[in-house]
Amino acid sequence: MRVGLFIPCYVNQFYPQVGIATLQLLQKLGVEVVYPLNQTCCGQPMANSGFEHLTKGCNELFVDNFNEFEYIVCPSGSCTLHIKDHLHDERNEAAAIAVRGKVYELAEFLTDVLNVESLNAYFPHKVGFHQSCHGQRGLKLSQMTELVAEPFSKPEKLLRMVKGLEFVPLSRQDECCGFGGTFCVTEEAVSAKMGKDRVEDHLQHGAEFIAGGDMSCLMHMEGILKRQQSKVQVKHLAEILNA
Amino acid sequence: MDHSQLAATFNKDESRVTWHDETLWWVRQKRDKQAHQLPEWERLRETASRIKNNVLSNLSGYLEEFEANAIKNGITVHWAADGKEHNAIVHSILQKHGVNKIVKSKSMLTEECHLNEYLHQQGVEVIDTDLGEYIVQLAKEPPSHIVLPCIHKKKEDIGELFHQYLGTPEGNADPQFLTNAARLHLREKFLTRKIAITGVNFAVAETGEFVVCTNEGNADMGAHLSDVHIACMGLEKLIPKRKHLSVFLRLLTRSATGQPITTYSSHFKKPRKNQEMHIVLVDNGRSRQLGRPDFRNSLKCIRCGACMNTCPVYRRSGGHSYHNAIAGPIGSILAPNIDMKDYADLPFASTLCGSCSNVCPVKIDIHDQLYKWRQVLVKDGHASIVKKLGMKGMTFTLSHPAVFNFAGKAGRWVLKHTPFVVNNGFNPWFKQRDMPEPPKESFAEWYKKAVSNQQ
Repeated sequence: MRVGLFIPCYVNQFYPQVGIATLQLLQKLGVEVVYPLNQTCCGQPMANSGFEHLTKGCNELFVDNFNEFEYIVCPSGSCTLHIKDHLHDERNEAAAIAVRGKVYELAEFLTDVLNVESLNAYFPHKVGFHQSCHGQRGLKLSQMTELVAEPFSKPEKLLRMVKGLEFVPLSRQDECCGFGGTFCVTEEAVSAKMGKDRVEDHLQHGAEFIAGGDMSCLMHMEGILKRQQSKVQVKHLAEILNA
Repeated sequence: MDHSQLAATFNKDESRVTWHDETLWWVRQKRDKQAHQLPEWERLRETASRIKNNVLSNLSGYLEEFEANAIKNGITVHWAADGKEHNAIVHSILQKHGVNKIVKSKSMLTEECHLNEYLHQQGVEVIDTDLGEYIVQLAKEPPSHIVLPCIHKKKEDIGELFHQYLGTPEGNADPQFLTNAARLHLREKFLTRKIAITGVNFAVAETGEFVVCTNEGNADMGAHLSDVHIACMGLEKLIPKRKHLSVFLRLLTRSATGQPITTYSSHFKKPRKNQEMHIVLVDNGRSRQLGRPDFRNSLKCIRCGACMNTCPVYRRSGGHSYHNAIAGPIGSILAPNIDMKDYADLPFASTLCGSCSNVCPVKIDIHDQLYKWRQVLVKDGHASIVKKLGMKGMTFTLSHPAVFNFAGKAGRWVLKHTPFVVNNGFNPWFKQRDMPEPPKESFAEWYKKAVSNQQ
């Protein structure tokens, strides 16, 4: 199985360890992973700001980079969702549709495609898991508290395979952290308050680490934790599963 | 001021924001508890959504059917193209009866049309009889929530207002005592006013009747004690048949406040002997919204307010930050239809988390519409020039891998060597959050080395 590794632009620049963990984890599970070097971004920052009409260049680049792979895997629910919902290519729409159909967020790729049932990972810490909205409500990686439906969680299923890890329950299971892309600067006051409240929920329940499937939410909460000089750290799901 | 500025002002008192958030979250939890008691909940939502889709696809037919049946029942039916016409119609009825003091139960439509201000200018005194609305009226403020109009006020604020306007003892903030004071005051108004206005929750095409839901019985008090009952409704309030109420009445209050049903669901079909009954059907942009394929289903809304209670932004920015009669996520997709320029900020006042769409009892795709409104507003020229330049720069960088890699490297270098460039008061991120630590190399740089080491 040959997988194209899609690393979000800001992860590439600021959190290379998340890309490395994703790559190593997939390799451990016997997958051949290729990182197309010409990739940049999914185009979501422009699109969510109302500039979807400017994403043509990003879109075409994405199709050119990933068209050839059987699967595309990304350690971000948000970027994956953006590709799934909004990727177009005027030159070759069929290729764009095909790419949309084979892009997977890391956790769902592990549970649904690789059918991972056990992992050789060890992380002896108390971990609170942050459900990122686009992964949860967009990709349906976990059941949503608003709906009257059977609970499930793909990332939680994976974290429960990690030896030594203690799962910390939260008061609000799936409240947004307030990052929201450009929202974090255009609506600074509300964004920061949302982030502080989310962090507080984890702290009150004794989390040593806040884990998540999206580094953007974690970057936001990390910024707040650091400002509070907290010892609590953020960790991407891939880093814990690869630990 | 736009949403972001108004929200920043609201956030100056952080403990109050925490209180506001927790109060509304408690309502959301009550809603969850009720919803989870009904195994058929999701089917109910789907059914309600389909009924409303049917209404929107056949609106003109249902409106004519409703009008004909209402007239048969002895109700006078008026049509208003916009808020201005609506207000003039209401005023003409008051003039006909020589009345300049009226009572009004809750109607978000009359808020949308700014009826109170208009009638005030005409020398008419309007008393809002819903307790929450009565409170904000005393405070000379608009409602901050469509179901819980004074949810932004603490009981101490209300005690203070009542002391000032109703003469209750200073410092008394006991909810039961204050409610009783309001009741005594309102009772006198009910008994002496000749004309009562109510809103409409559901209008039944099949029978020409309408249903008004309140918890306080104030719509009934007003309507039954008055000689003239004027009911004001938006065109979209129709449902085809009376039996469909069995879907909507089960959803409405469970979604709104977490009650199994409203205390009073009052059916009005025809005027009493010697009473006059009027219905004002108001368009005010609804036909225009119906003509927008991406946004038409916002007209399915039954005004339960669940999207506000669940919205993490609304809970922390307060209803007034939306500077519109209808706040929150639903207000943000309805308002740009009325005026794109005035409300261009609202679709951006969201993280697109999607919780609103999940609680919506009629399954409006609210967060998808927020995204779509953003595209429409930018294309229509409502983005600031700075934002436009920034976006073009970002587009160029992200469309060219070499530029992207260079910019990334340069950005990390800047962060490492000249942190003061970003760590200052001009960077909104830095105000309450630290910047990420720049790593020594990007993932791409690491990968290239790793691959060449293998070979």
